Amino acid sequence: MIDALFTWFDERLGISGSGRKMLNKIFPDHWSFLIGEVALYSFIVLLGTGVFLTLYFVPSSKVVIYEGTYAPLRGQPVSEAFASTLNLSFAVRDGLLMRQMHHWAANIFVGSIVVHMLRIFFTGAFRKPRELNWIVGSTLLILAIFNGFLGYSLPDDLVSGTGIRISFSIVESIPLIGSYAAFFLFGGNFPGNSIVPRFYILHVLVLPAIMVALIGAHLGMLVRQKHTQFPGRGHTPRNVVGSPLWPTFIAKTTGFMFLTVAVTGILSALFQINPVWLYGPYVPYKVSYAVQPDWYMGWLDGALRIMPSWEIVGFGHMIPNVFFPAILLPGITFGVLQMWPFIEARLTGDHAEHQILDRPRDRPKRTAFGAAVFSFYFVLLGASATDVLANYLSISLNVVLTSFRFLAIAVPLIVFPVTYRICKEMQSVPTAGQRKRANIVLRSAVGGYTTVRADQRPGDAVPRVDPLPLDEDVEFVPAMAGIPVVSDDSPAQSRPEEPAPDTSDRPRGGIFRIPRDYR
Amino acid sequence: MATKTARVETITGSSHMPDDTEAAAGSGEPGASPRRVRIPVASVRADAPQFQIAAKNPRRAEIVAGSGFLMAAVGFAGFGAAYWQNYSNFWLAITFSVGFGGLGYGMVIWGKYLMPRGPFSESRHSLAPTQAQREVFIEDFASRGKVAVERRGFLVKALGLASGILGVVLAFPFIRSLGPLPGKTLRQTAWRRGSYLVDITGRRIKTGDLEVGGFTTVFPPDDIGGAYSQTMLIRVDTPPASGYLTPPPQFAKQRATWAPQGYIAFSKVCTHAGCPVGLYQELTKKMLCPCHQSLFDVTDAAIPIFGPAPRPLPQLPLYIDDDGYFRAQDGYDEPVGPGYWERGND
Repeated sequence: MIDALFTWFDERLGISGSGRKMLNKIFPDHWSFLIGEVALYSFIVLLGTGVFLTLYFVPSSKVVIYEGTYAPLRGQPVSEAFASTLNLSFAVRDGLLMRQMHHWAANIFVGSIVVHMLRIFFTGAFRKPRELNWIVGSTLLILAIFNGFLGYSLPDDLVSGTGIRISFSIVESIPLIGSYAAFFLFGGNFPGNSIVPRFYILHVLVLPAIMVALIGAHLGMLVRQKHTQFPGRGHTPRNVVGSPLWPTFIAKTTGFMFLTVAVTGILSALFQINPVWLYGPYVPYKVSYAVQPDWYMGWLDGALRIMPSWEIVGFGHMIPNVFFPAILLPGITFGVLQMWPFIEARLTGDHAEHQILDRPRDRPKRTAFGAAVFSFYFVLLGASATDVLANYLSISLNVVLTSFRFLAIAVPLIVFPVTYRICKEMQSVPTAGQRKRANIVLRSAVGGYTTVRADQRPGDAVPRVDPLPLDEDVEFVPAMAGIPVVSDDSPAQSRPEEPAPDTSDRPRGGIFRIPRDYR
Repeated sequence: MATKTARVETITGSSHMPDDTEAAAGSGEPGASPRRVRIPVASVRADAPQFQIAAKNPRRAEIVAGSGFLMAAVGFAGFGAAYWQNYSNFWLAITFSVGFGGLGYGMVIWGKYLMPRGPFSESRHSLAPTQAQREVFIEDFASRGKVAVERRGFLVKALGLASGILGVVLAFPFIRSLGPLPGKTLRQTAWRRGSYLVDITGRRIKTGDLEVGGFTTVFPPDDIGGAYSQTMLIRVDTPPASGYLTPPPQFAKQRATWAPQGYIAFSKVCTHAGCPVGLYQELTKKMLCPCHQSLFDVTDAAIPIFGPAPRPLPQLPLYIDDDGYFRAQDGYDEPVGPGYWERGND
């Protein structure tokens, strides 16, 4: 039956030929390649939970009297968007779970994109021939941040409404076209009645459609160009070493997708996120204390806070204060980000193809630069909590703000040379980054001491063997059929052709404790 | 297979089989064999280390992975039960996660310990075509273009004209329809000469409604709750002898009568990013914006003394009518709220 069905499709679409090759597609085993998968799978969670939410959310700013199950707000005038958010959280079974998972997955999505991008940056994976995919990926980051902002603005609560007010001012601050852009984007002067429906259609249709297309292009290019890989035994620019798509990678990555769902679910079980019923509905003249955006907008909020109170006025025109931290800064940030592969190639003069990744320590200048830039945005993120910090530490707001202005300049200037130095030091230690084996000191009955080396950790004990080329002519199944069942009476050590684990470069000495798995 | 290999060997730039792109690209590289590396089945030993599974004890790994799936079964059943019984979000989420966690754990264990541990490799070839291939393509593209396009200059221009007009007119529905033009709306609020100061319920504010140090948000009667007309009315002090709060020297003349009987009114829209400047510190007589912590000195024409706000909050001129109600002498004499390009100095 399945045979016949497959034949039906195969005769029409010709699956077997390229399909056979696809089965052998190799995925590197290094853990850092998982981060991009986290992003992909949290995007799938976003799509799934998001569809659920659209069934109950009403994108309208029409004011209604809330009559739902949440007692403290009953009888209050709220927008339909706010009322339906409460309704889907409290009255729809599973609704709160789906809503919390959606919000958590959004945070994980943007976070994993950032970490994935750091991995690509610090290992030089963006170099030729992958500049295009870097641009697609960084565009996805921008869209993810923007769509996250649109999404958390939809419930029309007091905190997100304040965020929309600020974003209106930011759009308004663009020279020349600002006020027109703001009026056209928001459908008139703030607040108007168009924000929620417009943000909604952008959030659920326009941006996700673009993102799905870009993710498709991102993965398509990945398959076509094949993965990069770290240097290692048998790793050359002419091959990719790892696990084949079928069955190993499929099993691991599907499992990993489920684990991503599970982690999102656990976060939703244990940690409340965006409880809009506590913030209350948005009204333009109200504001709550300690207004913070979601973390991925935090660096912009921090930049708004620590910007000195300058603005440029002249010739009857004005470049407002918010333009500098909220338009110019992200403009430069994302511009440099997208153009980085070309900037670096220009600086280094390196226009060759690269399939083997750099170790960050081997590129101290790039690593130091990346760390310094990242620390700058980290300081800005911290600066978005000036009021909370001042309150928590019981010091004056002025001190906190001035410190952050200072830190935003000082921290990157310190991080650069320190990172550079660390890279140089690590270069001079060949075994840096490898796990040390414990030395176990035993005392005998008479009081003498002997030292033995601990067993290798299970992960370290995997012997390094040469990769086996999996080209079309290698038959996977017959080879596997001959695998002797490995059991206790045929221990791993007796396997033929298995070189002993390479331990010659491992240093002596180490931690003075007996590992739990020591036997 | 044999036919395929033969095709690979004789391949030129004209192959369109997707299967062959890699081999074709590879054939152009110096030193790379046009043939795929053949590894006869017989030469791969069944006991090659790459085909061994990573588990030392497969039985145990199987039990571990299987228990993950059983855990998933229990978790999903629990999720169903929690839904049925309408349990709290906590139980729904926990059972849901146990289900997916078990599923994921089992599959990862299965893939990691019970499948050939590798490493395997596949070959990689540069995707860049040879210079010859590129030249053939460009030549082909250009020669067809010459025939089809270049000789038909009139058609190209006419097509360009039509597309250009389409592009321009499309901008109208897609951009111009999006919203009204700003016009004067950013310069003017709903405050007019003689507007009563009313609170959010529409009640007119009278002298004596606020304690000293008290404050409230007021609106003009025709724009209650308005985002731009929202105004902070503060009773700063007991009235000085003159009856009016003394403005700072630069406004000594202009604002001499704007703050009657110790009451003063400032726009509540922050000049930085437009948040409501909703906090008033009675002791220091400062207004604080909770969004980005700009601090405005109420006794000094609401000049920003801290934070990112670049301009003072506009002041609403007040008077008290014969019935004791607060009213506006006039609207704001400058645009309220954050800056924008057309704003200039006013």
